[in-house]
Amino acid sequence: MSSVSLLILGDGRFPSGGHAHSGGAEAAIAAGRVHDTATLEDFCRGRLATTGLVAASLAAAAATGYDPLLLDAAADARTPSPALRRVARKLGRQLMRAVRTTWPDPELDRLAAALPAGAHQPIVMGLAARAAGLTPHDAARAAAYDSVSGPVTAAIRLLGLDPFEATAVTARLTGDMENVAGEAAGHAARLPADGVDALPAASAPLLDITAEQHAAWPVRLFAS
Amino acid sequence: MHLHHTDPALTDIIPPTAPRPGGRSGPLRIGLGGPVGAGKTATVAALCRRLRDTLSIAVVTNDIYTREDAEALLRQAVLPPERITAVETGACPHTAIRDDISANLEAVEDLQERIGDLDLVLIESGGDNLTATFSKGLIDHQIFLIDVAGGDDIPRKGGPGVTTADLLVINKTDLAPHVGADLSAMERDARAARGSLPVVLTCLKDQHGIEPVADWVCRRLADLTAARS
Repeated sequence: MSSVSLLILGDGRFPSGGHAHSGGAEAAIAAGRVHDTATLEDFCRGRLATTGLVAASLAAAAATGYDPLLLDAAADARTPSPALRRVARKLGRQLMRAVRTTWPDPELDRLAAALPAGAHQPIVMGLAARAAGLTPHDAARAAAYDSVSGPVTAAIRLLGLDPFEATAVTARLTGDMENVAGEAAGHAARLPADGVDALPAASAPLLDITAEQHAAWPVRLFAS
Repeated sequence: MHLHHTDPALTDIIPPTAPRPGGRSGPLRIGLGGPVGAGKTATVAALCRRLRDTLSIAVVTNDIYTREDAEALLRQAVLPPERITAVETGACPHTAIRDDISANLEAVEDLQERIGDLDLVLIESGGDNLTATFSKGLIDHQIFLIDVAGGDDIPRKGGPGVTTADLLVINKTDLAPHVGADLSAMERDARAARGSLPVVLTCLKDQHGIEPVADWVCRRLADLTAARS
């Protein structure tokens, strides 16, 4: 196992399609709720504590080797917005394509064959971490970071934010991301005893509602 | 045919198709890139009209704003709707064709699955800058389009699109007198920048304006067929 593998998996340039998604930031910016680095930080903290925690827990769970099909159903149940379920599967399929070449592994091949339309992205991320020799806790770190880095990158493009200040937002959330990853790893550790009920079901209703609205916009820069 | 365009038969001296990455099977994939307004969507539409009776074609568009180009193609009814797919690029069209091609690969594979026996997939990039090029993981050949009205110094300025694309198209030759562009200088500079790679001049408004590009595409298909037999 190497920490460098975690850097590769978390790299914003990892070619898995994330660059076309804003994680809800485009809708929040259009509504005026995110307009500077302070409001971006609030947005990211909220996203991290809700869908970020769920994603990190699913990633950690998949990295333990737990049945990914059960986890995928659990992810569906924790994603009320149909638009976000579609996005999660689309991104999962794109990530699957990238990691099968990056860290070839029969477990990845089996999941790709079982769910050709894509598994939820955090589950693929967890399996990718496993294939790369990383721990469930690391998988949760990657998912937590992913839940913040997407909106930050999108906000730089949409608002013309100072990229240094925007990156400082990510840095200020490091402690929050570590806490979420630790909590997620704890949930995943209870899977053998409690099954998927061990996984949190935090949600952000506004993200769900605006994701549905955003999916119907005739003109937008980001796919979600 | 426009007076200025160059006979591709004389200049088309690309070596036979290089081995496709990973021994890829399936339809020939051609990427079309170039600055905004160069005529990418018009070229795709004209290619579809010219070739759709003899080839099974599908199109992937990479729009900057959602489905604009795909809808233009749908409005013109150049292909049935199930053969046209739009990829969204998150304000970064060149990323989606070069650095992170996953969404485009998905789109191509979905089309292959949906349509079955495709001969040709045209992948149109979002309007971008002169450095935008396609990944070899996504396409077999790329066409770069510029237009006369975009400035007759573009071929001289070069950039990866102009210098390395498998075919350079200089479009809208009919506008040259109106914008004070020197067509012969554009062609000369382009040839100087590209060595043996082909250059064609087109005016898509002419009835047969697409012919040189369509000819080139058909040759690439013939290369692929020959390489597989």
